[in-house]
Amino acid sequence: MQEIRNYTMNFGPQHPAAHGVLRLIMEMDGETIIRADPHVGLLHRGTEKLAESKPFNQSIGYMDRLDYVSMMCNEHAYVKAIENLLGIEAPERAQYIRTMFDEITRILNHLMWIGSNALDLGAMAVFLYAFREREELMDVYEAVSGARMHATYYRPGGVYRDLPAQMSQYRESPWHKGNDLKRLNSWREGSMLDYLEAFTSDFPSKVDEYEDLLTNNRIWKQRTVGIGVISPELAQQWGMTGVMLRGSGVEWDLRKKQPYAKYAEMDFDIPVGVGGDCYDRYLCRVEEMRQSNRIIQQCVKWLKANPGPVMVENFKVAPPSRVEMKEDMEAMIHHFKLFTEGYCVPAGETYAAVEAPKGEFGCYLVSDGANKPFRVHLRAPGFAHLSSMDTIVRGHMLADVVAMIGTYDLVFGEVDR
Amino acid sequence: MSDTPATSLAERLAARFGDTLMISTQRNEITAELAAADLIAVATALRDEPGFRFSELIDLCGVDYLGYGQTEWDTTDISWTGFSRGVEGQAMGRFDWAQRPRGDNEPRRFASVVHLLSIEHNRRLRLRVFCADDSMPVVPSLTQVWPGVNWFEREAFDLYGIIYDGHPDLRRILTDYGFVGHPFRKDFPLIGNVEVRYDPEQKRVIYEPVSIEPRVLVPRTIRNDADLMQAKAEAADDWQRN
Repeated sequence: MQEIRNYTMNFGPQHPAAHGVLRLIMEMDGETIIRADPHVGLLHRGTEKLAESKPFNQSIGYMDRLDYVSMMCNEHAYVKAIENLLGIEAPERAQYIRTMFDEITRILNHLMWIGSNALDLGAMAVFLYAFREREELMDVYEAVSGARMHATYYRPGGVYRDLPAQMSQYRESPWHKGNDLKRLNSWREGSMLDYLEAFTSDFPSKVDEYEDLLTNNRIWKQRTVGIGVISPELAQQWGMTGVMLRGSGVEWDLRKKQPYAKYAEMDFDIPVGVGGDCYDRYLCRVEEMRQSNRIIQQCVKWLKANPGPVMVENFKVAPPSRVEMKEDMEAMIHHFKLFTEGYCVPAGETYAAVEAPKGEFGCYLVSDGANKPFRVHLRAPGFAHLSSMDTIVRGHMLADVVAMIGTYDLVFGEVDR
Repeated sequence: MSDTPATSLAERLAARFGDTLMISTQRNEITAELAAADLIAVATALRDEPGFRFSELIDLCGVDYLGYGQTEWDTTDISWTGFSRGVEGQAMGRFDWAQRPRGDNEPRRFASVVHLLSIEHNRRLRLRVFCADDSMPVVPSLTQVWPGVNWFEREAFDLYGIIYDGHPDLRRILTDYGFVGHPFRKDFPLIGNVEVRYDPEQKRVIYEPVSIEPRVLVPRTIRNDADLMQAKAEAADDWQRN
């Protein structure tokens, strides 16, 4: 009889289902996984060390590049840590803006996730549908910060600037013309908040479309139901947070349990899974999109009714306005000092966490009183999740590893930092 | 303040562990410092005892306290030549691999910092363990208590060279295969040591010493005068309008 032995297989780092630069070394018995050893770090850029060599404000832009599909949530954790140590608080309007943009970011992230996860499991169309709405929200990012992705919009003490009074419109081109152009621009006649109002009233019907494609899809269910089951105990042992934990039935969401920004004032629900498999996590994320939509609607309503400052009036931390700079010597000096030396943060340490779309994104900040952080450690949810890979995929088939990578919602910008 | 939830946790910790933990509370965040020898026993108790139930280890990271509180720009004294120029100092951006500071024996240099989360009680706790020996920093591994700490300890080993005693698989994780040194230590140059490029003659990627110059754009400054109280006082004065 022929002797059959296990063999080792290399997966990635260049693989369309690896979501970036994951390299997996798998020991296989036929098509069954005996052991999976993820090799990460191919995107390691030393963000934390770079942040230690720069004044505090200059590292906000690095945070966008960690989890590059949920940009503003990363900024939020970092900015919150600095605010903790400085003992300042952003004005109320800025807090609402942050809440709103955290949720816009959550939808952006989940749209990316639903598209790419479905693509990995063989459903091409969802990707195209999801990117249609993603583009509309990217326009909001662009309107508010000038950049579609890497916004650097949150600042210690508030946000960079107030919401724009108008949205940019499409011009006629070979791709956008006639009725199509009219439809695209019909939402964009008013302010950014009007645009978001139109978007949020329309978005639930778009989520229905994704659900039509997937929720009762037989192939989708065959690929996800009962795959990658994580018990609540296992999820806690492996430091899982976010949907990975909620999918297993643990009611834990920082927005409810340790509310920050304006989440305490928001009316929304936390979806929780039952079985802890890939399908439950899919259902949780889809429902989160609907709930995020609700939160955005509430924020839009408040923001329309309550104008006000979006940045603290403390020139040691926030820059003075251009007008003030032109007529006031002190303001000029403050501006110069802030953009050259930065501000000194009182000595101490803090840990600030936000409920990022992928789980708990935390920032551990140690300051020794200088204008640069002494130590920044970024707690990325994906890093903890991926470390459990070996335990969870053992005994699964090779094709299920792809389903698992998809359900982890990995982005290597944050795993490798 | 004594009945805020965070303080009561601090009290319970002090009552349960006594002198084993050195507890400090800052902004409702509790930090407990402990000796490496006590770590496993304390961690197991924190995870299992009904009063604590820290079921999740959220984060573990290394910290290198070399040069803590040192400034590169003296802002308090003016010499007869004027202000200091802010170009002195040993910050990691200012030296390359050959000039790196050596033999600087800072007591209590390396620390391993753990963040715990209790889902049941909705509490957080920070544990800090200093390594006894700087040349060979060793801390017991927590993998027996929380398996999820595995990669976090590998990361701290990779970046800081802290050795986790009892770890089942202490390999490098984030740096390149065959990397030399521990890059997040404060005496490791910011520009690194080697750079890679594709060599068309050898038809492979080769390693070369770095070609960039170490450079610091903004000196490290510690100011005690420019605190936020002053800004508040200025705003209260409203002197600009006068």
